[in-house]
Amino acid sequence: MNIQANQPASRLTAAETALVEAFAAQIGELPGDGAVTGTRDRLLDDLKKAGLPTRRIESWHYTDLKNLFRSVPERVTGGAGDSVDALVKGSKVLAVLQGEADASASIDDVTVTAYRDQLADGSAVKGLTALDKDDAIGRLNGSFVRDGLALAVAANAEIEAPIELQALHGAGQIHTRFPVSFGAGSKATIVERHLAVTEDAALVSSVSDIALEDGADITWIILQQQGPMDTHLGQIRVTLGAESKLRLYVVNAGGKLVRQELRIEVQGEGAELTLRGVNLLGGDSHTDVTLVLGHNVPHTNSTETFRNVVFDKASGVFQGMIKVAPDAQKTDAKMACNTLLMSDDADFSVKPELEIFADDVICGHGATVADTDRNHLFYLMARGVPENKARAMLVNAFVAEIVEELEEENLVEALEDVISTWLEKHA
Amino acid sequence: MLEIKNLHARIAEDGTEIIRGLNLTVKPGEIAAIMGPNGSGKSTLSYILSGREDYEVTEGDITYNGESILELDPAERASKGIFLAFQYPVEIPGVATMQFLKVAMDQQRKARGEEELTTPDFMRRVKEAADGLKIDQAMLRRPLNVGFSGGEKKRAEILQMALLEPTLCVLDETDSGLDIDALKIVADGVNALRSPDRAVIVITHYQRLLDYIVPDTVHVLYKGQIIRSGDKELAQELEANGYADVIGTAA
Repeated sequence: MNIQANQPASRLTAAETALVEAFAAQIGELPGDGAVTGTRDRLLDDLKKAGLPTRRIESWHYTDLKNLFRSVPERVTGGAGDSVDALVKGSKVLAVLQGEADASASIDDVTVTAYRDQLADGSAVKGLTALDKDDAIGRLNGSFVRDGLALAVAANAEIEAPIELQALHGAGQIHTRFPVSFGAGSKATIVERHLAVTEDAALVSSVSDIALEDGADITWIILQQQGPMDTHLGQIRVTLGAESKLRLYVVNAGGKLVRQELRIEVQGEGAELTLRGVNLLGGDSHTDVTLVLGHNVPHTNSTETFRNVVFDKASGVFQGMIKVAPDAQKTDAKMACNTLLMSDDADFSVKPELEIFADDVICGHGATVADTDRNHLFYLMARGVPENKARAMLVNAFVAEIVEELEEENLVEALEDVISTWLEKHA
Repeated sequence: MLEIKNLHARIAEDGTEIIRGLNLTVKPGEIAAIMGPNGSGKSTLSYILSGREDYEVTEGDITYNGESILELDPAERASKGIFLAFQYPVEIPGVATMQFLKVAMDQQRKARGEEELTTPDFMRRVKEAADGLKIDQAMLRRPLNVGFSGGEKKRAEILQMALLEPTLCVLDETDSGLDIDALKIVADGVNALRSPDRAVIVITHYQRLLDYIVPDTVHVLYKGQIIRSGDKELAQELEANGYADVIGTAA
């Protein structure tokens, strides 16, 4: 007779209990009409029943959230200070400070709404979903989200200056959402920046809902620079319409426990996705990037390249699932994940998965793990560059290479600056 | 200036001995050609001079300006003035050529206790040197050696040499893969650097390059040893009769 059999199926951990209590404490405070409130209750209930995912859940196998996420920081109001300089000079900055959006800025051809208003009037309810039974981030964010920024870019608008969604926070709990739709034929560059201004622990969940209508041509940069104690649970939901083009860059350069889920559906013929990721990992942090990409219609292309540099005792994960639907003929998808391990204690796990139901497709994936190239190192040293400096140049080059694929020079410079600053601090 | 005494060296990984008792002296201002058939140890010698870790010196010594360099790493040797023009320069994606040149020049100057160059001064020097080698500015905006043709890579090596102003230049098969026009440009670049206090070691399989970079001394390397030394006539003799005669005499 198993004594455990009488225990509840999912006994709550301290962190899970703290989440349930935090939710109870905020009842009546969280924005939303009846429908939103009902949805929140249901999502939290599901979260409570399922618990935080463990390694027994396949999509969380390398990030045992129940085990890794041990304590929930107290909620704090304020503490984010003022918005900071934009990553790229001349950008339009829309700030979300300590989870509270400032939607007062006006940008031609862009409708900017505080997400709390969409919660209050109930229009946000359709997005408040979990994507599947294991979607802990969708549940957590859907239960707790208070604010964020909703943007609608008009059809055929060409937005010249980058728009920076600047999510700044101190310690506490921050749950934000960024639903952004790009009208047919529109062009824009968005920088979604998550930045901690203190080193005290914060729990951040952030969901971006990105919809590209037909022919939209968009660059979207996610720059995650959380503090050394922070948990960042991000989810980026994307749909691509016909002939649309998306360059999506995910740069992780911070946080203690990070999961970035990319859920991308290619829905329109002729769509093109360029997905690039840079993971700079150090200390004893754990960073997980999980991609689920559906090529759902014929004649679509995608390339996915991830470059990871792992120092100290850090660990990283890349899971890349590409699904090609039965009638998605002529799909062309190439995935690559390259890692530099910079210490004996560093580790990185890579799990590429292809699920192909169409027969006329090109799909490939490759993964490498290495130290810096000896021939390159010798060449630089033979020119008088000391070993540590030469190594730093090569690590920098390894990640800068994919940043340089961007056409916007100011963006390339800004990201290279972030990368070299990070490397100088950690190498 | 450079003294190699009874040098024995092997491949670190598998212990294969490549250099077997090599002796060579190169004086300031001298252009020394090292010739030899494939597999005689020519490229290995260039790597050992520049300090590549893949080779181990088991016996003998290399002194440069009276000081043993065996314990120095490649970067330290470079700042002492030793420069290797690679036979196959590597492509390094992500490292901008100009940035690399600036770092290399600054690091060498720093190691010698000199001031870093100002950016305008640096730009001017690069432009002057590049013009002389018919290297256009677009090439310098690319990542280091990436997408350069064989000839462009060799010219880029000579450009680096001109900018870094080494005192000992080792040219490893710099003529390979060059057409006659490119060969002349490269040779002019090297000749422009000739000076009474700079020595050049030209490693080559063929005599062709030596028509343009005329050597003071010619040494035949075979099975890891210098088996014969002479002046530029020796190179012509080798061109006419092949290596068989010289090897036969020595054996």
